[in-house]
Amino acid sequence: MHNKTIADLAKGLRSGEFSSVELTQSFLDRIKQHSSLNSYITVTEDLALQEAMAADARIAKGDAELLTGIPIAQKDIFCTQGVKTTCGSKMLDNFIAPYDATVIEKFNNAGAVMLGKLNMDEFAMGSSNETSYYGAVKNPWDTNTVPGGSSGGSAAAVAARLAVCATGTDTGGSIRQPAALCGITGLKPTYGRVSRYGMIAYASSLDQGGPMARSAEDAAIMLQTMAGFDEKDSTSVDQPVPDYLAGLNNNLDGLKIGLPKEFFGEGLNSDVAATLDAAINEYRKLGAEVKEISMPNLKLAIPAYYVIAPAECSANLSRFDGVRYGYRCENPADLTDLYTRSRGEGFGKEVKRRILMGTYALSAGYYDAYYIKAQKIRRLISEDFKNALAEVDVIMGPVTPSTAFGIGEKIGNPIEMYLSDIYTIAINLAGVPAMSVPAGFVDGKPVGLQVIGNYFAEDRLLNIAHRYQQVTDWHQQTPKGFE
Amino acid sequence: MSLTADDVKKIAYLARLGIDSQDVESYAKDLSGMLDLMTQMNDLDTDGVIPMAHPMDQMQRLRPDEVTEHDNREKFQAIAPQVEAGLYLVPKVIE
Repeated sequence: MHNKTIADLAKGLRSGEFSSVELTQSFLDRIKQHSSLNSYITVTEDLALQEAMAADARIAKGDAELLTGIPIAQKDIFCTQGVKTTCGSKMLDNFIAPYDATVIEKFNNAGAVMLGKLNMDEFAMGSSNETSYYGAVKNPWDTNTVPGGSSGGSAAAVAARLAVCATGTDTGGSIRQPAALCGITGLKPTYGRVSRYGMIAYASSLDQGGPMARSAEDAAIMLQTMAGFDEKDSTSVDQPVPDYLAGLNNNLDGLKIGLPKEFFGEGLNSDVAATLDAAINEYRKLGAEVKEISMPNLKLAIPAYYVIAPAECSANLSRFDGVRYGYRCENPADLTDLYTRSRGEGFGKEVKRRILMGTYALSAGYYDAYYIKAQKIRRLISEDFKNALAEVDVIMGPVTPSTAFGIGEKIGNPIEMYLSDIYTIAINLAGVPAMSVPAGFVDGKPVGLQVIGNYFAEDRLLNIAHRYQQVTDWHQQTPKGFE
Repeated sequence: MSLTADDVKKIAYLARLGIDSQDVESYAKDLSGMLDLMTQMNDLDTDGVIPMAHPMDQMQRLRPDEVTEHDNREKFQAIAPQVEAGLYLVPKVIE
């Protein structure tokens, strides 16, 4: 059961081949059996079985949707009413969310079953899932390596078949990079496509939630439920949501693919490059035309991001003050001591590093040199994307410079960790949508192909990924021991 | 560009963020490394470029001035560290 697609599971539920309660129980059993991966922070067993019973009743009545009764898991960044929502931090270890995020509400309305809350880098700051207060997540393809981050629990759980699919969020690559390192399909939608209401904020002008699934088809089903205007999110975009399944099989004749030369130069592992070449050749066979393009400002994406994201983070995380919710230190001497120690004891090292960086970049005398300069570069990077996407339909490239690295290998060197996000960060600065599609293996470890499209072209990206998945089976591979 | 231990302490105070004294040096080193990375931005002439704050360049949406939020005080205070008589408690601020 755990290897089936959402569409097949929906069929099985309707035909009575199995019930949602049976399906949910089988996933709960697998989660227990593979708890050493550390992909879940909270398993909501009782709630899941209750939701599964309700889903079975709804299916019996005949008013089910595709996701009704399907066991999914939520990144622990989404607020879930009555359920602990930690964001991977000691700061929120005691936080029972008083309301549901819009994304959670939408999955609940669709009748999806929530298995639990998934591990992640603390406040989504990290590329390896090692900054989590709840410990590192292991990559099911090689448990000595990281699953990527920050949605590392989501990617590991889907790859190991501990959930049919999962939500993720992506501020600088946090859906695409773990999807690539764990061999699953992940989509970061256009900024504003999926509501941020109830999604704990890291960098508000970059954060975007999206689907993480085994296939493009499953991701399309998820996005159909997740996307849409939400008046509770001030930057939600009021645009109609297309039918993401309708165009999945459109043919790719004449599709114009651009390969930025800046993406294929120094720093990209040669075996990864060869794997991507083979994938791009597959697209030629499907009728696509491929041309080299140039996006000269991409190289400045990392410095600009590490000004803008920490600046927004330092403002957003000022809400954690030990007064209204979350961690509070013992016996504060005065109000300043209360703030300083609650925050000092509640946040981990990477979060502190970014709060300090952001506070510095926004402080008097440095604001223009860092923050305004970075925002100007953000405009130039965004124009690179606009120019490129006027010339080609989609841009393709790597997601990561190499396959999954070892647990402990980069955590001591933050700058080296930041540089591993070189291919994903620019996309968030521009706000365009992008996917990671499983494209092969190097030494038994998955490689992802990045497909980047124009604003609100999620349907086209899903179509492009789906057609590739019709002629390849990389996305169907299962890590050893998790079959 | 490099930051000293004193700079880090100043920034940490601005952020009301407690830092263990044995970690100050390592933060100074990490932040200096980040600032070095950022000096690359100066390689690019950005005169006349309009700063981009938001991917959609959109205006703040307006809505009718109607009450949409209800009183959730009890619910929200149920998860607060310390409350009394409907108020959030903090150490004494005014003598």
